[in-house]
Amino acid sequence: MAERINVLKTYKIFIGGKFPRTESGRFYQLNNRSKAIANVCLSSRKDLRNAVVAARGAFEKWSGSTAHNRSQILYRMAEMMEGRKDQFISELVLQGVDRKEAKVEVDLSIDRVIYFAGWADKINQVFGSVNPVATSHFNFSLMEPMGVVGLVAPEKSGLLGLVSSLCPILVSGNCAVVLASEKLPLCSITLAEVLATSDVPGGVVNILTGKKEEIMVHLAKHMDVNAIYLTDNLEHKKSVQEEAIQNLKRVVLGNQISWGDRTVENPYIITDFMETKTTWHPVEVISGTGSGY
Amino acid sequence: MNKEIKPLKFSGKWDFDPAPESVDHISLKDQYGLFINGKFENPQTSNYFPSVNPANEEHLSMIAEAGEKDINAAVSAARKAFDGPWSKMSAKERGKYIFRIARLIQEKSRELAVIETLDGGKPIRESRDVDVPIAAAHFFYYAGWTDKLNYAFPNRDPKPVGVAGQVIPWNFPLMMAAWKIAPALATGNTVVLKPAETTSLTALKLAEIIQEADLPNGVVNIITGAGATGAGIVNHQDIDKIAFTGSTGVGKIIMKAIAGSNKKSTMELGGKAANIIFEDAPLDQAVEGVINGIYFNQGHVCCAGSRLFVQESVYDVVLRKLKDRIQSLILGNPLDKNTDIGAINSKEQLGTINKYLKIGQQEGADMFQLECPIPKKGFWCPPTLFTNVSQSHVIAKEEIFGPVLAIQTFRTIDEVITKANNTPFGLSAGVWTDKGSKIFNLTSQMRAGVVWANTYNKFDPTSPFGGYKESGHGREGGLHGLTPYLNF
Repeated sequence: MAERINVLKTYKIFIGGKFPRTESGRFYQLNNRSKAIANVCLSSRKDLRNAVVAARGAFEKWSGSTAHNRSQILYRMAEMMEGRKDQFISELVLQGVDRKEAKVEVDLSIDRVIYFAGWADKINQVFGSVNPVATSHFNFSLMEPMGVVGLVAPEKSGLLGLVSSLCPILVSGNCAVVLASEKLPLCSITLAEVLATSDVPGGVVNILTGKKEEIMVHLAKHMDVNAIYLTDNLEHKKSVQEEAIQNLKRVVLGNQISWGDRTVENPYIITDFMETKTTWHPVEVISGTGSGY
Repeated sequence: MNKEIKPLKFSGKWDFDPAPESVDHISLKDQYGLFINGKFENPQTSNYFPSVNPANEEHLSMIAEAGEKDINAAVSAARKAFDGPWSKMSAKERGKYIFRIARLIQEKSRELAVIETLDGGKPIRESRDVDVPIAAAHFFYYAGWTDKLNYAFPNRDPKPVGVAGQVIPWNFPLMMAAWKIAPALATGNTVVLKPAETTSLTALKLAEIIQEADLPNGVVNIITGAGATGAGIVNHQDIDKIAFTGSTGVGKIIMKAIAGSNKKSTMELGGKAANIIFEDAPLDQAVEGVINGIYFNQGHVCCAGSRLFVQESVYDVVLRKLKDRIQSLILGNPLDKNTDIGAINSKEQLGTINKYLKIGQQEGADMFQLECPIPKKGFWCPPTLFTNVSQSHVIAKEEIFGPVLAIQTFRTIDEVITKANNTPFGLSAGVWTDKGSKIFNLTSQMRAGVVWANTYNKFDPTSPFGGYKESGHGREGGLHGLTPYLNF
């Protein structure tokens, strides 16, 4: 009996909740020990612009959803990842990661999504404040998402690094445009499939594969991107920071610790992608004097 | 079956056709044991008592009565779980168990809502849209705290207290269980919980959920019974913390019982909330809020807005609108999705309410009630309001815990602040005005733990809840709700 021929997966990019190919039609070949394992989209500047448009379009809905709701959606994302564990592991292995390490990485990735999911409805309880101003005003500060954040994903951690840098951006209500790892891009597209089936609205996360060096500069220049998280590729730090000045994008730099390290789990990386908004409201001063109000 | 089609009439009142929620999808056992160490056990007292549907007095199930030996077994199971698996587990894994409970409640939400309504008499719309979703959300919210406690209490090195004994009331049975269990587990404690004797069923369904979630044995123990069982928990030597929600009277007895011991406590007790309408308020919205404030859950709400203060200039119009709105409320089968007012939780409670109705009239206040047919069986009290009430009237001073509103008027803001605060209670208050600065003035003057402005009876897992003065101490919900379950 003839052996069944496997169906191979086409790895496409993820924009606005859809899986198009790059508009440029270009690709690069991903190899493991000189054996071709996938043809990956080589995204263009136009793809990037489309991704930013999609992200901006999704921002109102995502940031306007309740923190409780975002928390549940990110938790759902972890549930979906749990169901695709084997796929993530085999993709990591296919890309050259040791099987045991791959298993640890996937477990840790799922737990990390849950960790950040839990922050959605707590971030303002820890970082928001009521400010005792000296006049008769009720004055409070709340943290709000910045808008569209460009994420230059970690190069050497295809899944764990990606979720550890992406979730802190999403949880507060930002939308993301992700430039995936060049050498380990497969899990990012599978993660896109997770996102697409986790009630994360289309456009909240957009994932582009390709040559970071080619697209990064356009991300840094883009006038409708509010912040960039340069987790890796710090050799481009200066040029990214310089380009970002055009619209005063916030540039957050990775600190080069291992993505498996516990200290990656902290809320400060969430607030890095938030703005503080302070509201003043008068407090009536009638009372205690028998006022005739 | 030919149903007669009635011609539409535009001159009179339109009635709703019955829209009862089905009960064929729920599963209830004939008899429930005590949930101790992960298993349902027969009580060593061998005693069972019936749980009854207060809307038709039909028998629902038999509930075990826990005696001293059972309480000992539950506490020692909780202690073993605390010393064993629960404290050895990483915070992250502990959180995943609590997330599971939240998800399972969501999955079984309709069953829980129906049972809550059958057992307690509250309208299905409330159990479906308030009690059950809030219970699930509470577990979900606190699950996320487990591995983040160091951010809630920087430089404090928070540690769990140990075994928590929790006694909850019959007005929000599942929701109260969630308010108690979720923060206790999130902070690493183990639990012995006792639901109220008239409403044990959803707590026992929660026990089944906890089994299904595969929590380590003994982390949560749910034992049923009446006051004696509660007292047994409170007085147990090996319990480190008491969390109680119920009447101020019982709360004081508990405080006395644990005085001098090292037990920590939180008390969420009675209330007699002021709901204040200023002349500049959006009156229709305010009237809606007053109705919700006092008639939600038949007024069986510790934070119910049972004292209404209306500024004199708008008193006549507010009273007319209130009476009109009361006449449109639907009293009847709690399982019906159109029902606004369900059954009174128990015969005993109906007796208490009726006693207050009598006192109110004897003291000279004028009573107004919804005119409607009252079901022959079950325990019912139509929505009631009293006018011509003064501060010294019993119905304006004591917590009735029923659908009874006492209305007074005021002229100045100082007057209403004085009147509103002139009570030993201090759980909640409501303010209705279009003017933001007045809201913040009022919130700073109210001696109450929760102030609702242009809304009422809102609850959220992120929002601390609890009282000033004789309405109790400690807060449940939010970051503040973690504190009572931690040692620093």
